[in-house]
Amino acid sequence: MTDLTMPTPGPGNEFGGPLTRFLIRHPSGIWFLGLLALFTLGITVLSEGFGLDLISTSLVKTFGKTLCFCLVALAMDLVWGYCGILSLGHFAFFGLGGYMIGMWLMYARTEIIVVTAGAYAALPMTKDEIDSAIGTQIFGVVGGSEFPAIWTFAHSLWLQFLLVILVPGLLAGVFGWLAFRSRVTDIYLSILTQAMTLALALYLFQNDSGLRGNNGLSGLQNLPSLESTPQSVVSIWFLWASAFALGLGYITIKLIVESKFGNVIRAIRDDESRVRFLGYNVEAYKLFVFVLTAIIAAIAGALYYPQAGIINPAEVTPIASIYLAVWVAMGGRGRLYGAVLGAAFVSLLSSLFTGGQAPNISLGIYEFQWVDWWLVLLGITFVATTLYAPNGLGGLFDLFAPKRRSGDG
Amino acid sequence: MDSLLEVDGISVSFDGFKAINNLSFQIGERELRAIIGPNGAGKTTFMDIVTGKTRPDGGMVLWGENNTSLLQRSESEIARMGVGRKFQRPTVFEDQTVEDNLMMALENDRNPFKTLFYDYTPVDQEKVADIASNVGLAQALKRPAGELSHGQKQWLEIGMLLAQNPKLLLVDEPAAGMTGDERKKTVRLLKKLARNHAVVVVEHDMEFVRDLECRVTVLHEGSVLAEGSLDHVTNNKKVIEVYLGR
Repeated sequence: MTDLTMPTPGPGNEFGGPLTRFLIRHPSGIWFLGLLALFTLGITVLSEGFGLDLISTSLVKTFGKTLCFCLVALAMDLVWGYCGILSLGHFAFFGLGGYMIGMWLMYARTEIIVVTAGAYAALPMTKDEIDSAIGTQIFGVVGGSEFPAIWTFAHSLWLQFLLVILVPGLLAGVFGWLAFRSRVTDIYLSILTQAMTLALALYLFQNDSGLRGNNGLSGLQNLPSLESTPQSVVSIWFLWASAFALGLGYITIKLIVESKFGNVIRAIRDDESRVRFLGYNVEAYKLFVFVLTAIIAAIAGALYYPQAGIINPAEVTPIASIYLAVWVAMGGRGRLYGAVLGAAFVSLLSSLFTGGQAPNISLGIYEFQWVDWWLVLLGITFVATTLYAPNGLGGLFDLFAPKRRSGDG
Repeated sequence: MDSLLEVDGISVSFDGFKAINNLSFQIGERELRAIIGPNGAGKTTFMDIVTGKTRPDGGMVLWGENNTSLLQRSESEIARMGVGRKFQRPTVFEDQTVEDNLMMALENDRNPFKTLFYDYTPVDQEKVADIASNVGLAQALKRPAGELSHGQKQWLEIGMLLAQNPKLLLVDEPAAGMTGDERKKTVRLLKKLARNHAVVVVEHDMEFVRDLECRVTVLHEGSVLAEGSLDHVTNNKKVIEVYLGR
């Protein structure tokens, strides 16, 4: 990592590596990492698998998934809050990341099942027989048994890891290149990104898409050859992995937005033609941010879906990406902790109120049911936030902190 | 005189209206030039063409010693080749500090990967500090540009142009909305700038142009009507007819 020393040397700048000095200059990063570590440790201590058994495994998974939402919200904040590109399609990349990792999970687990079952047969199974049995197992539900070409690498975890980055990165690259070089901006770009994610969803809904149509990929919570490890333990592993990815994502994005690159993308957000006349290739910057955030979203998705257990095309329908924008707007865009807060707060409340656990409120003549009213309340809150508190939840911090320049955080 | 910018026979029309009609003229290295003309004479369109914002229907725009064509190049490429533009309204990045604004304008590599790993070197810090004191903003380096007064924003933008260090500076109506004192200061600055850069000032305030004491090009309906000293063009019959005589 390059040294990002700011113009004025201050106390604490004389020791430590560049990253240490960076964190000392931006204490919000230390706060974030500290709170994240505390949170993760706390859940672990209270968990069923490693501790006091006060938190159920499904709740641990909810928290793990929430951390993934926070990571994708960070990506959204970088692309929208800092660079001004209101992408309403970033959940497509999140979903693609999930599909890529899901292919390996499903293949490898089915392979183990087939081979184990085959061990009891009179004759050892040939490789072709094994392949065809796996194919039947996976694709029987859509009336096929042949492996489509996109499953070529599904046998290898590492190759699928690579695809988690390559496939969404490539899609974002091609889409962004076409859109940005034609100078599509603002609302028109948002509509295009909606079209992108809708097209992807419609494609995946088809049975012959090679990804099991509307059945999607399932059983993803079972890690191949770790079947005997209870979910209570696996859930903690994923919680830690998600927390680690979120911490790493936070620091990476923080480094980006505090660099000169960060200044340029904020300038692009505020007046892109002026940035052009300064000699910056605006399209290259936008493409860089778009692709990078797509990859971050994909990594978040790859961590999310093994915790969710199932992925299907409904996950990448346009509404998902709109929720993402709502999280970031309500948390406060243009500040990283705001995006994290918004994603955590709104997604946890959503799962609480739509899960049916929240008690209904009796209003005498009318029984108020959260499940029915949550979306309405969310919508009203969203509109109110946009109109009256554009800084969102993160803006609450401004009430306590001394006046600071906007865009910092 | 070597020409830095040569505009040769450019035309452009918008919906049938000929904004620029077979326009040709040259700007020399380190020349101060004023372009005047009534509204709709094509002054702004001319700047848009040179800076790459508008593509002409025909003609040539040649740049520098090697007569490189500026057509078919993007705004950012042209800016990197050394054409700077000052807008009528001050356009600075209000969310960012004066220092960040100047740092962004400083002539450094504009590649995204280079800015990502850019290091604020002492040399660059000194350059920024120099420029800031040149435009009277030395005390405001850490302030957000949005907090500055209108006049200070103008000066910040000029500071950004200095940092960008263009070979040619296109200045759009610098005197608009300025007090007499500020205008004198601006005239002095433009003259000083012209010692090291070519400066083209688009203006319709005749007094301001007189103070610049430079060669004047009069545009009318998208082409050159007259060119020469201010006295020369103001005595030109055609000029009096279309522009001054009303």
